[in-house]
Amino acid sequence: MTRTIRLVPAIALATALVGGAVQAQTIKIGVNEPLTGAFAASGTYVVNGAKIAADEINAKGGILGKKIELVIEDNKSNPTEAAAVAEKLITSDKVPVLMGAWGSSLTLAVMPKLMEYETPMVVETSSSGKITTTGNPFIFRISPPSAVEAAAFKGIVDKLALKKVDFLVINNDWGRGTAEDFSKMMKDKGITIGLVETMDQGAQDMSAQLSKIKSSDSETVIVTTAVDQLTLIFKQAAALGLKKRIITTGGSQNPDQIIAQAGAAANGTMHLTTFLPWFPDKTPNPEATNYFITEWKKRGFEFAGCTESFRGYDGIRTAAAAIEKAGKAEPAAIKAALWNINIKGLNGDIVFRKSGPEGKESGQSQPNVYLIEINDGKVEMKTL
Amino acid sequence: MSEFLQHLINMLVLGGTYALLGIGLTLIFGIMNVVNFTHGVLYTFGAYIMFIVVQQLGLNFFLALPVAVLAGWLLGAAIELTLLRPLRGSDIDTTMLVMIGAWIAMQSGTLWIWGGVAKSVATPFPEAPLVLGPVSVSWLRLFVLAAAALLILVTYLLINKTSLGRAMRATFQDHDTASLMGVNVDMIYTSTFAIGSSLAAAAGALLGPVYVIFPQMGDLAAVKAFAIVILGGLGNITGAVIGGFILALAEELGAGYVSSGYRDAMGFLIIIAVLIFRPTGLFARAERVG
Repeated sequence: MTRTIRLVPAIALATALVGGAVQAQTIKIGVNEPLTGAFAASGTYVVNGAKIAADEINAKGGILGKKIELVIEDNKSNPTEAAAVAEKLITSDKVPVLMGAWGSSLTLAVMPKLMEYETPMVVETSSSGKITTTGNPFIFRISPPSAVEAAAFKGIVDKLALKKVDFLVINNDWGRGTAEDFSKMMKDKGITIGLVETMDQGAQDMSAQLSKIKSSDSETVIVTTAVDQLTLIFKQAAALGLKKRIITTGGSQNPDQIIAQAGAAANGTMHLTTFLPWFPDKTPNPEATNYFITEWKKRGFEFAGCTESFRGYDGIRTAAAAIEKAGKAEPAAIKAALWNINIKGLNGDIVFRKSGPEGKESGQSQPNVYLIEINDGKVEMKTL
Repeated sequence: MSEFLQHLINMLVLGGTYALLGIGLTLIFGIMNVVNFTHGVLYTFGAYIMFIVVQQLGLNFFLALPVAVLAGWLLGAAIELTLLRPLRGSDIDTTMLVMIGAWIAMQSGTLWIWGGVAKSVATPFPEAPLVLGPVSVSWLRLFVLAAAALLILVTYLLINKTSLGRAMRATFQDHDTASLMGVNVDMIYTSTFAIGSSLAAAAGALLGPVYVIFPQMGDLAAVKAFAIVILGGLGNITGAVIGGFILALAEELGAGYVSSGYRDAMGFLIIIAVLIFRPTGLFARAERVG
């Protein structure tokens, strides 16, 4: 018995040493995504896109002569978990760079950990303005902030003849930030803002909010949330006989999934997206887009997920490009190198510009935003 | 006015399923004195049975409902026989901890089997809603309300009009005396837990197709079920039914006229008020406990 007890630490030590030696063969990238909870569908798509990027890079020989290895952790759509996952990835897995954390509230929860451990993170989806304006120099965002979405939408509000608009948004940094940025832009355009209704991220029944919106005198509703909740909203709006123009923002709508699940209720709705997988030739980098979509289909994933998964693909390519430019897999070097990369993303070139208070700026690239409309179960592009 | 009517219709539809969730939980607590933390998982389980039967096996929607109820009954009986029977006579805290463990294990099990991504179930009901003047409601939800009402009625008759129900009520009043009168108390406990579980599974099977199905869907449902049980008084079935509708009304009106951000808080505000002013529940009679 005594012998066994003595043996255990020896084996543990040996395993740790051998394990350490194996780990040095690869370069790790931490992936902090929601794989369960309210955003499970979206997070899973992003991770699948990330895997395509890692496999593509490794098939070409990896970076700095080593393969890259994704260390994927589930943040459970929960900010507390997201921070814990970031800490685990940095301190236990020793990843020099992270990608994450899908939702704005999740990313905001991770940000203090990045400061504490001085490790950079590529933000692939989050759109709250706060992320790049509060002075966190370890943040490099490739998704558009909601103010950029609002600005892109500005051109079309006259064409749509918007007069009075209600909002139905997810009750977190993402939803409230969107309502704020869009209200500001619309007020400048002379549009009246009516109701601003919120829903909990886990809520499944939005009938009460929708009944209220149905009775208001606005003609348009701006809805911001992820695909699962969005599908429920379309179904419940149809059941209540809500006949207002619905426009969604945030780029996590997966329009094909809405068409499949909400059926006729999806017709006539408009969506602000950040990727155009339906029209690869209209994207900024058609060749890369076509490669990605072909690979996505080859792996048997649902086409609907493309609008979400492309961010994981771009995010990992961004991190890998920075590691290559840095010449070593160390956090400080990667952080410095992120300022100097220029890669062809699926939604525009990824080049980081400074954003936020001087001296501790975050990086923000300038991705494109598109407006699409669903008609007869088909996706059509609208000019912004 | 039309908005208010719409809120009332929504309340009826929502309240029916809340009541169904509440009576299963209150039954188990009242008769067995067990705080059933697996109630939410059984709700999730019922919904996944619908998913398996309708989406994966391609069978009829209406056939899937009794299958889900039966599966919930069997799982409930299995939990009672393996976890609760060996603990008979231990204090309420011990069984509570065991039930929390079972909840976590079973929730992880559903995650392991079906993954975290939400599933949806196709229904045979038309997409176009039933429109009655200024209000409208989907056919699926009307069906859910009718089915919930039927299940509540069946449970009520079972407890008040059958010999099994009489034995259950006797056990609720005093299990020692009931045992002396020839009631097989062990059998009553297993039946009670199985019936309560099948009601949770039925609620999940009915609501799964209305919403989406995912491993954590039962958590919020269980919290609401506990709220309803506290509202109605522990072990009080009529109280649980009324409590279900009160919670639905509070949520609807709270979201409609106060603030939608606090929708899920409304129920808990009522609970706090109930615990302060009527700690035995809104509808408690003078009862002998234990």
